[in-house]
Amino acid sequence: MSVKQVQRVDRVVIRFAGDSGDGMQLTGDRFTAETAALGNDLATLPNFPAEIRAPAGTVLGVSSFQLHFADHDVMTPGDHPDVLVAMNPAALRSNLGDVRRGGTLIVDSDEFTKRNLARVGYDANPLEDGSLEAYQLHALPLTSRTVEALAEFGLTRKDAERSKNMYALGLVSWLYNRPTEGTERFLRTKFGKRPQILEANLAAFRAGYNYGETVEGFAVTYEIAPAPAPTGTYRNVTGNTATAYGLVAAAHRAGLPLVLGSYPITPASDILHALSGMKRFGVTTIQAEDEIAGIGAALGASYGGALGVTTTSGPGLALKAETIGLAVMLELPLVIIDVQRGGPSTGLPTKTEQADLLQAMYGRNGEAPLPVVAPRSPADCFDAAVEACRIALKYRTPVMLLSDGYLANGSEPWLLPAVSSLPDLTVEFTTQPNATAEDGTPVFRPYLRDPETLARPWAVPGTPGLEHRIGGLEKADGSGEISYDPDNHEKMVLLRQAKVDGVDVPDVEVDDPGAATGERADVLVLGWGSTYGPIAAAARAVRAGGQRVATAHLRHVNPFPANLGQVLRSYRRVVVPEMNLGQLRMLLRAQYLVDVIGYNRVRGLPFTSSELAEVISAHLGGPSDEPTDQTLRDLSADTTDDLTGAGR
Amino acid sequence: MTSIPLQIPTYRGSTEGLRDVPHLDEGVALKKKDFTSASEVRWCPGCGDYAILAAVQGFLPELGIRRENIVCISGIGCASRFPYYLESYGMHSIHGRAPTIATGLATSRPDLSVWIVTGDGDSLSIGGNHLIHALRRNVNLTILLFNNRIYGLTKGQYSPTSEIGKVTKSTPAGSVDAPFDPVSLALGAEATFVARTTDSDRKQLTSVLRAAAEHRGAALVEIFQNCPIFNDGAFDVLKDREQAEARIVRLVDGEVIRSGDRVAVRAAGGGVEMVPEAELGGREPLVHDVAATDPSQAFALARLSEPGMGSVPMGVFRSVARPTYDDLAREQVAAAQEKAGGPATDADLEALLAGNDTWSVA
Ligand code: SF4
Repeated sequence: MSVKQVQRVDRVVIRFAGDSGDGMQLTGDRFTAETAALGNDLATLPNFPAEIRAPAGTVLGVSSFQLHFADHDVMTPGDHPDVLVAMNPAALRSNLGDVRRGGTLIVDSDEFTKRNLARVGYDANPLEDGSLEAYQLHALPLTSRTVEALAEFGLTRKDAERSKNMYALGLVSWLYNRPTEGTERFLRTKFGKRPQILEANLAAFRAGYNYGETVEGFAVTYEIAPAPAPTGTYRNVTGNTATAYGLVAAAHRAGLPLVLGSYPITPASDILHALSGMKRFGVTTIQAEDEIAGIGAALGASYGGALGVTTTSGPGLALKAETIGLAVMLELPLVIIDVQRGGPSTGLPTKTEQADLLQAMYGRNGEAPLPVVAPRSPADCFDAAVEACRIALKYRTPVMLLSDGYLANGSEPWLLPAVSSLPDLTVEFTTQPNATAEDGTPVFRPYLRDPETLARPWAVPGTPGLEHRIGGLEKADGSGEISYDPDNHEKMVLLRQAKVDGVDVPDVEVDDPGAATGERADVLVLGWGSTYGPIAAAARAVRAGGQRVATAHLRHVNPFPANLGQVLRSYRRVVVPEMNLGQLRMLLRAQYLVDVIGYNRVRGLPFTSSELAEVISAHLGGPSDEPTDQTLRDLSADTTDDLTGAGR
Repeated sequence: MTSIPLQIPTYRGSTEGLRDVPHLDEGVALKKKDFTSASEVRWCPGCGDYAILAAVQGFLPELGIRRENIVCISGIGCASRFPYYLESYGMHSIHGRAPTIATGLATSRPDLSVWIVTGDGDSLSIGGNHLIHALRRNVNLTILLFNNRIYGLTKGQYSPTSEIGKVTKSTPAGSVDAPFDPVSLALGAEATFVARTTDSDRKQLTSVLRAAAEHRGAALVEIFQNCPIFNDGAFDVLKDREQAEARIVRLVDGEVIRSGDRVAVRAAGGGVEMVPEAELGGREPLVHDVAATDPSQAFALARLSEPGMGSVPMGVFRSVARPTYDDLAREQVAAAQEKAGGPATDADLEALLAGNDTWSVA
């Protein structure tokens, strides 16, 4: 056995790519867990086809999982993989373009058959024709080695081949000095009832690990020191799981049962799955007949005194619009979670986008305002969900939580909170009359508001003496009787707006490191939702290059923080990168008359930090450079003029 | 896919609908006026809805349950104004969606008697999907479907129960749209309680409402309701004493199914037909069995009511017991909590959040 050299590096981006059926998501998950256990900071990005079983061996069917881990805090899953594990030619073909020049390729050479190569349009075998010279290529017969390693288990060749992902995982675990106990424990739990499969997977995993140790091709292994982090207990968590936990925690802190009404939709379904397993926490999940019924059931539960929640993604949100309007009118607590995906229509179900912001804000008939909260990272989904519930319960209003596909499936370490440190969300139902009729008898007026919050009383059915009717027709201020009076309608529209405008939202914080020493930046980059990570990473890179830039992040998109206008006006230029065509930019321009500049891409993928760093640098040019929105840069450069020239 | 045998029995008879609803104290009784709200009733003069409202307000005290535990949820349409006039908790929601809201409410609150008031447009057109799913799930709800075979609130378009050829504002050349029969639809949707009654027969209306309220599960009651403004006289043949006698097929559990001098028999094609008793010729008249496990006879009876209304079965078509969705859903939550040793504590929640794979930074 050769003695290998250990090299210290500060960060690595690794991508596992293979066929949908190759188990790349599981491989990535396990490598992530091993990495988390070592105390590296990390961020992950799974990327899979919308089809459940896309044609094997085709570029369409490639599923990948990217992990960025480091000895310092990680803001994004990384732009360019340092290492690509490609289980077949399709995986190599569709992912090679992203890999850093000089990066490492670990490729299953067994899969590079004539047929498979032809299938994805390779004329020659790239493993042999020298086209991969710019990379450190390790072409290894992973499939046949796995089959060899499992010879003694009496499996069919096909079954043995299934374990090749574990073989690859073992090899990469060795390469990066990852601990193996966690994966072995995981396999034992997962396959405990199928001992033959368990033994085969364990054997493949160990064989892959040992192969690295013995083979000559790998001269060094790598070590990444733990990242400094606040003390406490951590786990790795995806955005959807953190969202589900946030809802349960909020219900727990409110002392209310949680009722989820939902209809399966990608990429939100995992929240339904997670909550359906939490009955022990008083959670009821109703898988409804459609999106409308999902929110209807949630609203019905809220009417009865539960914390009603519905989860969906873009097209589903469109269907829920009418019921959200009813909730605005009824002024009952309700949390609507939209895990945004590429649209319009069915769009890109498994890809991310931020293009539902205006739908969330305005996608209803009439003046129907509601608070909008957006998480910034997978772990932050927990706090954002708690915050959405807090606002819904305190102000008796539907609240929109705008997550997205990147947050939903991405993961990062999460410092576990003490439950007692979470906000106290205790609610008091109204049980007594709140007014006096002219003749002196006590009466209940369902729309008599709390003077401070403008919330109306929550008197649930079953409360004697407070029987009343509510509904979607306009209400008379105070009494809640049906009213068609023009002045009353205007007053109620204004009251509903004032209630949402008055939601207590903390000031937006600006990160402008030079400000303290009088070296203020003059460009501010403002983000919302999942662009937080790429913006922060880009700003870090720009600052490392000696330039100044300020950043700020909006968690509350409606209402905006009170200091936002002043913040926007205090910078020479404000740049807003969004994965849409400028929806937040439009809101900011309309509300503050500040000429915010957009950077807008809708490729179904999160921004890379390097592209944002480039964008920021371009804006740092000085007062004379012409500010322009950058949207679909290529299209506007190449074709937009052709398309529009004739008409204008 | 695995499935867990939940040991859900199917059993006959169900009168447990109000089992978990708090009843009035001994000696306390409510009156019709206790269920009459202060809101001015705004239906057109002569509308059949008045008679139904009066019947409901008059019969609710008989149930002996507390008023504040009754909730009436409606959609949109003339019928859906109903909750405003009933002194209890109520919600006038949005078009067709009342069953969704009622499902969430009934599932989270076993102590409520939840009613839905809907019309033929509300429940069979825009809300058709929600109605069939509420029925198949067997949520503990009482659904009153006022069928006037027309759109009233929008001023006179044909509805999904209007007969083919009907001339309305939106069908000047006659409707080419085939109607639903609500009873057939409900039976096809696996409803456990299905009945038909009419606004003009207070006694029968009340007895059907009572049976529906006491049924544990989703109870659908179709109520023929006259709209004197846009579809006047739709059910007149059933109001005229003589005509009614000859056309109405009274469904009485355990009795021969008859209408005037005709009785029901199995038809050659597998359905049911009404034949004069004198011409039976040895065939056995059918006896009504509301609790028959197999709904096919109830369905065959429902098919008698063609638009000409030559034979119109009235009464309870079917009343069988099947565990309700809301009971089962609550039982799963209760079982999980009991197994874990009671309501969750902070420590339980922290254990959930931590999951199986944690690490510490000191
Ligand atoms: S339009 Fe017809 S159904 Fe509506 S209230 Fe008037 S009479 Fe009744």
